Amino acid sequence: MSSTYDQIATIIAETCDIPRDTITPESHAIDDLGIDSLDFLDIAFAIDKAFGIKLPLEKWTQEVNDGKATTEQYFVLKNLATRIDELVAAKGA
Amino acid sequence: MQIEYFQLIDRIVALNIGEKTITVEAQVPEKSTIFEGHFPGYPIMPGVLLTEAMAQSSGWLLLALLKFERMPFLAMIKEAKMRGFVSPGQLLTIDAKIEHEGSGFAVTSARVRVGTELKCSADLTFRHVPFPHPDLRVHMDAMARKIGFPQQAISHE
Repeated sequence: MSSTYDQIATIIAETCDIPRDTITPESHAIDDLGIDSLDFLDIAFAIDKAFGIKLPLEKWTQEVNDGKATTEQYFVLKNLATRIDELVAAKGA
Repeated sequence: MQIEYFQLIDRIVALNIGEKTITVEAQVPEKSTIFEGHFPGYPIMPGVLLTEAMAQSSGWLLLALLKFERMPFLAMIKEAKMRGFVSPGQLLTIDAKIEHEGSGFAVTSARVRVGTELKCSADLTFRHVPFPHPDLRVHMDAMARKIGFPQQAISHE
């Protein structure tokens, strides 16, 4: 079974037509991969379906806008994978 | 239907909050300036307007699910397929259902029929936000009354 990171990297590659080998765990979805908010909706849709969760995009955006979090915490892919694992774990708890 | 005012929905026929589905009807007018250009001698309903009708139908479903607290805006159209011509005077039946409810967005699928004949279909993505202007909320309330939005469908949720 592939890791959470591998799954989201594949989703991003397929959704945004980005070569898979250019995506790394350190990639920032926005700053490095150039994914805009509309494309990220597509990615969120695919992630929600793949993992059976609901990415709290509005909450994350609010936290970033309020200075309570950085975009790196949510949009660097290794961190995004960790957030997804947390949401999956919380769902199963 | 008042095409020129982008009012593409006439009435809500069924709204099922539990199933997250809606069915609406829309009567294509016999005459419109749009048909003069689309097309001379062979008037048909533009595909973009059929797509808009599916978006408006989905939008009313989302407004219901969001209890009129947030306004959905069309963000993405996928798999839009115009399967047959729609002519002036035809009655459209539009079905929409929720495919996914995300954080600040939702995905619907919708289709337009004339009788039993499927005319078009699409998958639509919406962003939804708190009403950006009070006038818009007033307008949507007025439109809801006009198209027979069943307020009781959401009042007991």
